[in-house]
Amino acid sequence: MLIVGELINASRKAIGEAIKAQDVEYIQKVAKDEFEAGANYIDVNAGIFVGKEPEYLQWLVKLVQEVVDCPCCLDSPDPKAIEAALSVHKGTPMINSISLEKERYDALLPVIAGTDLKVVALCMSDDGMPETMDARLKIAEKLIGGLVKNNVPIENIYVDPLVQPLSVNSSFAVEFINSVEAIMTQFKGVHTMCGLSNISYGLPVRKFMNQAFAIMAIAKGLDGLIINPLDKMMMASLVTAEALAGRDNFCVNYLKAFRNKQFDFLG
Amino acid sequence: MFDLSLLGKAVIEGDNEEVKALTEQAINANVDPLVIINEGLIGGMNIVGQRFKVNDMFVPEVLMSARAMNSGIELVKPLLAGGEMTNKGTVIIGTVKGDLHDIGKSLVAMMLECSGFKVVDLGTDVSPEEFVAGIKDNNGQVVALSALLTTTMLAMKSTIEVLQESGLREKVVVMIGGAPITQDFADQIGADGYAGDAAAAVELVTKLLN
Repeated sequence: MLIVGELINASRKAIGEAIKAQDVEYIQKVAKDEFEAGANYIDVNAGIFVGKEPEYLQWLVKLVQEVVDCPCCLDSPDPKAIEAALSVHKGTPMINSISLEKERYDALLPVIAGTDLKVVALCMSDDGMPETMDARLKIAEKLIGGLVKNNVPIENIYVDPLVQPLSVNSSFAVEFINSVEAIMTQFKGVHTMCGLSNISYGLPVRKFMNQAFAIMAIAKGLDGLIINPLDKMMMASLVTAEALAGRDNFCVNYLKAFRNKQFDFLG
Repeated sequence: MFDLSLLGKAVIEGDNEEVKALTEQAINANVDPLVIINEGLIGGMNIVGQRFKVNDMFVPEVLMSARAMNSGIELVKPLLAGGEMTNKGTVIIGTVKGDLHDIGKSLVAMMLECSGFKVVDLGTDVSPEEFVAGIKDNNGQVVALSALLTTTMLAMKSTIEVLQESGLREKVVVMIGGAPITQDFADQIGADGYAGDAAAAVELVTKLLN
């Protein structure tokens, strides 16, 4: 399971203010916390700063990599911001994200083509947001096909099937997790990943639903998540779900988590 | 004497069948069709809006209530003189150019409709020119702009600019909303108001039109 730590996102108030105030210490503390909690990538997003996004994204990458030996997930649809961040990034980052929306696709493809960058491929097109498994599969097929044709290895592609809120349509969770299964089955070697909070929009006790949804998606093959790695209950659930899904030989990771005291929060 | 509060209660409970049955009863008891709508059906929906706003009801319940309310309205509509419902005002709503997010905007549209406004939903990825045409074609008094992305927020600004250029800005009230939107941003780009959720949007339109 690949974990992308989601916290360094400018649309979160504390981070937005820290970026504005150029608060090095706070950003680096969050990065360290996320890394120590098990993040494989640290997401960096400066999207709310129109005009200054490239400068700030680059700054975030530098700060993060000063304190943790961990690649970043560069969270922007703007090739200028991505390129600014890439110019200082050490190791191989992940780009979050390309989609099938023409403008975004055409802008980001040249940055990604022929590289060993990891890339999140979001199932969204100019026709709108897919609601069914079939609609998602059609977009995924075009995205994967286009990226592979442009010399992006399929192993570096993380398809995000696009989570839609259960509150507005009772079948949205099932359509999503069935999409995960179909994508993982039909495109051998590809990965799937997503954020979770959309699923519980408009409903109470969101954290609980996000977690149950993650577990169900993992059972169908989901192998990446953009989450808050400081959420102990979530992290423990993920390692447990992976073991239950048959992707943890001899329960090695589950037991490692136990010995690392990852279940101690249960008391 | 027919008790309209029962009808309102059935709307709040989202009980489609009960709303239909009670609406029939109200019609048979010769209650004024407009009273059935405004006091019974919309009356119930107003409570739903208030409870939604304080997190005492949730999106699926609001959708159930709206469906039930609409079932009632369908039964009453043919009895209205000229088929016309009271229109508190015409709202032109859409998600701005470059943005495909539909759900939040549709919830706002639905709540406005349920509160007695006429709503013209232009959909998603709506250009400033399409908003202008929408206002002119429907004689809109309110324009409601939605954006869910930090990258598309600025299309709200350009939409307001085009309204200005086409001489419509002074004739309409502009309100905005969406996850990244704040009151500060609304002030910055010269919108008349910002609402954080669908219930707040109803209150805002009502306030702005008065």
